[in-house]
Amino acid sequence: MTGLPLLSLVTFVPLLGAAAILALPNAQAARWIALGTTIVTFIISLMVWAAFDTHNPGFQLVEKLNWLGGGISYHMGVDGISMLFVVLTAGLMPFCIAASWDSIENRVPEYMIAFLVLETMMIGVFCALDLVLFYVLFEGGLIPMFLIIGIWGGKRRVYASFKFFLYTFVGSVLMLLAIMSMYWYAGTTDIAQLLSSTHFPPAMQTWLWLAFFASFAVKMPMWPVHTWLPDAHVEAPTAGSVILAGILLKMGGYGFLRFSLPMFPSATEMFAPLVFTLSIVAIIYTSLVALAQEDMKKLIAYSSVAHMGFVTMGIFTLTHQGVEGGIFQMLSHGVVSGALFLCVGVVYDRMHTREIAAYGGLVNRMPVYAACFMVFTLANVGLPGTGGFVGEFLTMLGGYLRNSWLAIFSATGVILSAAYALFLYRRIIFGALVKPALKTIQDLNAREIAILAPLVAITILMGVYPTPVFNVTTPAVAKLIHDNQASLAMDHAGNRVALQKVAP
Amino acid sequence: MNITPDLMILLPELILAVGAMALLLAGAIGGEKTASAIAFAAILLLVLSGAAVVMGGQGSAFHGAFVADGFSRFAKILILIGAALSILLAEEFFSTIALSRFELPVLMLLATLGMMLMVSATSFLSLYMGLELQSLALYVLAAFNRDHLRSTEAGLKYFVLGALSSGMMLYGISLIYGFTGSVTFTTVASVIANTHVGIGIIFGIVFLVAGLAFKVSAVPFHMWTPDVYEGAPTPVTAYFATAAKVAALCLFLRAMLSPFPDAIAQWRQIIIFISVLSMALGAVAALGQKNIKRLMAYSSIGHMGYALLGLAAGTALGARGVLIYLTIYVATNIGVFACIQAMRRGGKSVETISDLSGLARTNPQLALVFSMLFLSLAGLPPLAGFFAKFYIFLAAIQAHLIWPAVLGVLASAIGLVYYLRLVKIMYFDEPAPGFDRDMGLGSRAIMILSGAFALLFIFAASPIITAADAAAKALLP
Repeated sequence: MTGLPLLSLVTFVPLLGAAAILALPNAQAARWIALGTTIVTFIISLMVWAAFDTHNPGFQLVEKLNWLGGGISYHMGVDGISMLFVVLTAGLMPFCIAASWDSIENRVPEYMIAFLVLETMMIGVFCALDLVLFYVLFEGGLIPMFLIIGIWGGKRRVYASFKFFLYTFVGSVLMLLAIMSMYWYAGTTDIAQLLSSTHFPPAMQTWLWLAFFASFAVKMPMWPVHTWLPDAHVEAPTAGSVILAGILLKMGGYGFLRFSLPMFPSATEMFAPLVFTLSIVAIIYTSLVALAQEDMKKLIAYSSVAHMGFVTMGIFTLTHQGVEGGIFQMLSHGVVSGALFLCVGVVYDRMHTREIAAYGGLVNRMPVYAACFMVFTLANVGLPGTGGFVGEFLTMLGGYLRNSWLAIFSATGVILSAAYALFLYRRIIFGALVKPALKTIQDLNAREIAILAPLVAITILMGVYPTPVFNVTTPAVAKLIHDNQASLAMDHAGNRVALQKVAP
Repeated sequence: MNITPDLMILLPELILAVGAMALLLAGAIGGEKTASAIAFAAILLLVLSGAAVVMGGQGSAFHGAFVADGFSRFAKILILIGAALSILLAEEFFSTIALSRFELPVLMLLATLGMMLMVSATSFLSLYMGLELQSLALYVLAAFNRDHLRSTEAGLKYFVLGALSSGMMLYGISLIYGFTGSVTFTTVASVIANTHVGIGIIFGIVFLVAGLAFKVSAVPFHMWTPDVYEGAPTPVTAYFATAAKVAALCLFLRAMLSPFPDAIAQWRQIIIFISVLSMALGAVAALGQKNIKRLMAYSSIGHMGYALLGLAAGTALGARGVLIYLTIYVATNIGVFACIQAMRRGGKSVETISDLSGLARTNPQLALVFSMLFLSLAGLPPLAGFFAKFYIFLAAIQAHLIWPAVLGVLASAIGLVYYLRLVKIMYFDEPAPGFDRDMGLGSRAIMILSGAFALLFIFAASPIITAADAAAKALLP
């Protein structure tokens, strides 16, 4: 154990990098500072993993300082649910910076600052153990993302950035009010304390659950509030899409796991059918929509919505398999969808179009690219041996334990995902290379290989040897489900008491 | 009778009153060339008065007509800061357009004196005196750019409507006096506590609230605000938006919570009504504005709506929320107006929003501060404005004002659109010709300090919250 405040370091080192760029606003220097900062952050996040005790289901590496007073403090800590998201965030960031190396030419220092600030907010969300701190960081990420989409985005960037901002903001303000009423009920916003010693009455749980749901469902995004996502993805620059799909969407699932399930068990039980319905609709409907897309990024965006459907379904089954599968699916989707957007970015940088119809036969001139893209496409489909399989399989297993229809419907989604992903792959990579513009296209350069090769390795590693991930998540998930069941039992007992009182 | 202890409590006000008279004499003798020296002397007086507020004793004076307590101290410091910075802005503004006049700082001093009396008033008579002293000076200030049609129109409009509202308030006060037999807050409170709240008193409260709502520019008494904000010279608008708002709102707090704690059920609904309407109108009406100062007027109407929600809570927590809100509001707004004052092209002020196009490329520093302040006003974390709204809603939820709070956060989401639009114009759009780069030292410092406050409040929130807490407890023990 080191005595360092590792979590504060991993959270605020990017901010220091941003300050350094602000002091030295030069494009090339900004790129190197940003890359250096994100790599250092990644190394610190690995130190967090190394210092993490996998047998302890509680919060670790805890730091607590006085902040606003009155039970609102600066409280940081990670458990088995949140720790890997910190690593995922820190791990994806260097790829984002590297992917923006040449493709971003205007206002480079501002771009790098926005990304580093965003990184601080995202890592902080997963480390925060105080509701107010969580909310501040959760919402704080909106401003840099708004700027990233709006300044460096495509043609309809203004529309997309406003839509992104307003959807997520409206969802979140209701959560803020819920946080306040939790504060007045419990006298604190400390998450650890709320989890261990506060029990909200069932009637209050319903409202709190709905308010939190409004925020997380938009963030996730769940059908029918997913419409901001395709727009944001299409207009965002490549690295922005990677972060959006890789990290920002995971905040929704993380929120369900951290708050909705353990704190509002009765409401979770009550609303689970609603969540299942929305998840199934998301899986099937958005997969069908993905089939019809003409734009590569839009297709992957809809596929993300479908994959997040598996996550919500798995989480709300409240089975070990389902919840762990949901977490694993989020982690693997973070890597795979991020990598897919990077792949799209590679050809976009060359051809400046995302139209699927503008491509075809790329395998003839870009064999290395075709191979990488193949791995990620298959992982997206959920082929055994890739990271995508483990999560999807476990969530469906969890769904089957809860209700066999869940598994049957979600399995259709797997077939559909194979259809749209392979269809996309065929149209872009295979066939004859007939388009004149593509005759001179170049295969991956060294920088692009350096970006994609590690992601290929991680994707396959997650598929064949997922144990390190489960070592971390299993104790925390077991505790989560146990706590949920225990306080659910309390609610039921309370209801019985109430009924007896009413009965003469 | 020994008057000295009473006068000692009044020391900060005396410094301003005597100092303003002396500066007026000096100006009359020295003429226009002394204008800038008088401006700096006025700032010095404000600092002196602030020192007297901080060091001075507390207590009640003049038979319960005036009080110096923790609450008035907090409010006075805010007012003095707002006034001093506005005079600094005014000095730069008028010297660039070569219209420096020594009356301006003197009038601002007198208005500030009125404001300080307002927040210390514990009787309806002293309340009215302070209010009128403030208002009369403000009428003249609004019309100060006297060769300018808009400015004179603003002054006249403000005067006519202000006089009407003062009349309404006096009518309310006379009813309250008639039905309780006193003008002192504590006596009124004890009379109401011992009898039930009669229809006469309710009528009185309604008229009083109408007059006060006019002063804080709450809907439906907000009509004057956009015209006055647009017409008045920019530093005067800054003064309206900061010091005057603090004074009016703190007066509102004391005039409701101190004499009428037992009539809260009656006045609370009115406050909720005007608060929700202000939030909604402020958000919606600002969407279509083209002039940045008009936009700030609607923004301030909305902000007063949020602050009034803290009053509607009717608790010490609510008062604390209002004080935190005002602190952040003053710090942010003075910076915004310093930025607006920097919007000059070829020596002329420009005020339309489209003039800001692409500011991030022509003047990145100004754009950064400007947009940070706007996002803070929008209430986005991690900026200061979020915590302002946070403590207001926290108090509202605690007082079980759930629906007003829900409407409030939804209004803030609507309001977000126009703040984001400003950021969009500055960052996403193609650049318009750049502004003049001759920003004065004073306004540059204000801008940077204000931006730093908005950004760093999150790290240093605790002392301000503690101070506001103590001040609120002084009002509502």
